[in-house]
Amino acid sequence: MAFLKRSPWILHYDASSCNGCDIEVLACLTPLYDVERFGIINTGNPKHADILLITGGVNSQNRPVVRNLYEQMPEPKVVIAVGACAATGGIFRECYNIAGGIDKVIPVDVYVPGCAARPEQIIDGVVAALGILEEKRERMAGGARMKEEAGETT
Amino acid sequence: MQTLLFLILFPILVACLLLFVKRTTSRYAVVVLSALAIGGASIYLLMRYAFEGAVYFAAPSETASLAMVAIEMALALFIIYMGAKFRNYLAIGLAVVQAALVVYLEMTFSENLHAINNLFIDQFSIIMALIIGIIGSLIAVYAVRYMETYHHLHPEVRDRQGTFFFVVFAFIAAMFGLVFSNNLLWIFFFWEVTTITSFLLIGYAETEEATKNAFLALVMNLLGGVAFIAAIIYLVAAGPASGGIDLAAVLASGDAAIILIPAVLIGFAGITKAALMPFSSWLLGAMVAPTPVSALLHSSTMVKAGVYILVRFAPVFAGTLAGVSVGLVGAVTFVVASAIAISQSNAKLVLAYSTIANLGLIAACAGVGTHMLVWAAILLIIFHAVAKSLLFLGTGAVENRIESRDIEDMEGLIVRMPKMAVMMFIGIAGMFLAPFGMLISKWAAIEAFVQVPFGIVFVAILAYGSAVTVFFWAKWMGKLITVIRGVEQIEKGFFEEPWIPLYIITGLVIAAAFLFPVISSMLIEPYVLVIYGVTAGLAQTNVAIMLLMMALLLFLPLSFALFRKSAKRLPAYMGGRPATADLHFEGSLGMTREAQTRNYYLTTCFGEARLFRPGAAVCIILILASWAFAGVAL
Amino acid sequence: MNRIMGAVIFLILAPLLGGLIAGIDRKITARMQGRVGPPILQPFYDVGKLFEKEKVVVTTAQNFYILAYLIFIALSGALFFAGGDLLLIIFAFTLAHVFLVLGAYAAHSPYSHIGAERELIQVMAYEPVIILTAVGFYMVTGSFYVVDMATTTIPVILYLPGVFLGLAAILTLKLRKSPFDISTSHHAHQEIVKGVTTEFSGSTLGQIEIAHWYENIFLLGIVYLFFAWNPVIGIIAVAVTYAAEIFVDNVTARVRWQAALKSGWLAAALGIANLAILSYMVYGGA
Repeated sequence: MAFLKRSPWILHYDASSCNGCDIEVLACLTPLYDVERFGIINTGNPKHADILLITGGVNSQNRPVVRNLYEQMPEPKVVIAVGACAATGGIFRECYNIAGGIDKVIPVDVYVPGCAARPEQIIDGVVAALGILEEKRERMAGGARMKEEAGETT
Repeated sequence: MQTLLFLILFPILVACLLLFVKRTTSRYAVVVLSALAIGGASIYLLMRYAFEGAVYFAAPSETASLAMVAIEMALALFIIYMGAKFRNYLAIGLAVVQAALVVYLEMTFSENLHAINNLFIDQFSIIMALIIGIIGSLIAVYAVRYMETYHHLHPEVRDRQGTFFFVVFAFIAAMFGLVFSNNLLWIFFFWEVTTITSFLLIGYAETEEATKNAFLALVMNLLGGVAFIAAIIYLVAAGPASGGIDLAAVLASGDAAIILIPAVLIGFAGITKAALMPFSSWLLGAMVAPTPVSALLHSSTMVKAGVYILVRFAPVFAGTLAGVSVGLVGAVTFVVASAIAISQSNAKLVLAYSTIANLGLIAACAGVGTHMLVWAAILLIIFHAVAKSLLFLGTGAVENRIESRDIEDMEGLIVRMPKMAVMMFIGIAGMFLAPFGMLISKWAAIEAFVQVPFGIVFVAILAYGSAVTVFFWAKWMGKLITVIRGVEQIEKGFFEEPWIPLYIITGLVIAAAFLFPVISSMLIEPYVLVIYGVTAGLAQTNVAIMLLMMALLLFLPLSFALFRKSAKRLPAYMGGRPATADLHFEGSLGMTREAQTRNYYLTTCFGEARLFRPGAAVCIILILASWAFAGVAL
Repeated sequence: MNRIMGAVIFLILAPLLGGLIAGIDRKITARMQGRVGPPILQPFYDVGKLFEKEKVVVTTAQNFYILAYLIFIALSGALFFAGGDLLLIIFAFTLAHVFLVLGAYAAHSPYSHIGAERELIQVMAYEPVIILTAVGFYMVTGSFYVVDMATTTIPVILYLPGVFLGLAAILTLKLRKSPFDISTSHHAHQEIVKGVTTEFSGSTLGQIEIAHWYENIFLLGIVYLFFAWNPVIGIIAVAVTYAAEIFVDNVTARVRWQAALKSGWLAAALGIANLAILSYMVYGGA
């Protein structure tokens, strides 16, 4: 049974966003969009999270934080970069302290475009991420099974 | 009777012998052998007399009584000398008053001062003897190596180990005498001996603080002693109706109103000795003494003398307002001392406050004094003695290794001293968790209090008291089992010998939890049955469930094997900052900083400064009320 | 035999019922906020997912304590539905919570440490009321056994309204609902990350969730006992009480621990006043 798809818990991190995308992310929780309909919960704890949702580009201050948050999450996990800045660095790209998009630090699975990204797009991105999450879970379960079988034969 | 006399006299012989033994190894040999003899004799006592009920012995009284009076006078002189030396005139005054009262008693009523039976033994005495004989001698064994290390770590303290062990064994003898005596004068004599021995042991370090606290203990206990001797004078003066100085006759006396006044006075002596509020400060001050002293005197034996006498007089207290007042002193002490324990981080002070609290609970049971409550009180005495001595000895062992008795410094003991931590864990569990003993007694006490008038007051106090108890024990437990990284194991290097007493007492904590139905049906229930004509105890099914829980707890650690495999380890979450397993994280400006975790002490709510005075005031009023009620009853 | 059946039925059905109630809870909460809310079965999806996740720990010991927590919560609930001694059940219940706290301590993490301390404050806040509840039942029904409380014909609530109100107040604490969700919340987001559960993930977090379901059913069982003389009223009363808890959850903000402790102890004082009057009626009249 794939429960994972029905219960994605999100960790939202603002890397160095202008807050535009963050407000749109929070808008998803409001009655108008109500993502909890899909079992999506905005948790504050990487150890409970399945999806790391990041807004804004990475700067030199939070580069280790982004990496740490990612490492703290148990597998299977996916990363969604929300907004132009998270994807490429956006208009801040040329700033002295900006490294660029999130994918400069950790692997990103889904890019949600926009400046700011619209709630509908963000939800769309999460739904896309669910497919990837499920794939990863199957791969993980398969890997574990293979390991077990290998263990039995030896 | 020979066994009884052996248990009283043999420790004195050992004490005198130890005065002259200088080398630690030979001292260790002597102490171990005599501990075996004493422990063996107490177990023999159990097998011999467990099923016989109360047995009385007409021990030779003339010479013994004379010798006791002589020793009492000598002790009074000693107190006066010490009081003069350290300019403590209150102690001198009390010693003089007490000696004068003894002389007055001997002069005026000399023909009435004969009890037919001076010694006796019943199930309750057997239980006390087992506690003194087994726990007491184990502590003595532990103390030999402990004192060696103690002097190694404290070179400034004068090495008087000969005297130290003399006093320890003299104390053990006095405790045996106290629980075997049926003659109130004898009880009083042994009572005074325990007062003096504790004075000597608390002042062992000879620092200013130690001397001050020793005198504090002395003064408070002498105050109780004065009340004790006053009670005896009252009993003797009241004539044959009161039963005179024969304990059994007094307790069996039909004239409840007459013996209520002496009962309340002796109860007051018990309150001082058991360090209930407002006298709790002497027990706290006594924590300056070396740890085995705290374990021996102030957890498992001497303070138990106070509640022993209270429980003996419980039938007299039962159903009287005076008894309820005495019980309330205990109950208030229980809740206030437990609450203050929350605010303490010094392990020995936490233990001291918890001891005071539990003695309060026992006193509450004794004061109200119904059959079920006496049953609970005796059970509390047993379980408390076992678990608390383990905790004291454990704290001492840890202190010798990490040179701190602060609970915060015990963080991660499970990694640094795993065996020690497991033993202390069991000891703490024994103090407050189901299905261990203390909780069984608390449970029985709640059930029993509901059934008496005014019981709701006690139930309410017990409900709050249990809640705060959970808090301060659980946070200590948490400190012990916190898994910290990057430290080395420092368990080795501690002397091998002290482990054995620790192992045995740990075994006893667990065994007591398993065997409590046996202890109850073999010793406590017959005792209660004889006095009240009804017996108490827990329902069979509940006992079965408790044992089942206990077994479950013992097997649960096996499940550790389940978790060994295949879990990925990550450092703790530190708000996204990269951190290592020992809680170092990258702070701002590229500095590596350490995060520390500290327990809550909630000082603004539960601080000593806030709670002690009101608690003591209430207890003083209650003590006065108990006297007033006893007077009115007359 | 009946009693063992009660325990077995509890062990099997309580997680299902508890999960369902949690689902309804979330749905009603969403509706109160003008949202659609998740499916009723959402709690089961969540726990199912947790068991699919990778096992991640700070230290392996932490999982041991959580297993003990689950076992003893289930045990105390099972004893309750087997009609056992209510005081014993309460003590087993406390033991279970101490294990949860120890698990959080074992992990040695700042957030779970604060959570553990706060959880202990919660235990301290609710314990008096729970004990007084048992005592109150004894005073009315003359027995500490749940089986006698459940089969009594006395309308207990009429004798113990104060105790009931006290219990309702600490129920908020126990259900981890606002305003007393100081150690961890059943909601997603909060100030100390996730308090006592911060360092638990995957199947261990799933076990905590299941234990919470067991616990909720057990607590609602106690609520039911107040109305046990009439099962229909009993079930309605349980539903109304729970609905009131959801309402309070949605209209209040989290308080500080001092206020939580005070509220718990005041609730106990209310219970004591109730019992004092009752005991006056029993003993004082005579």
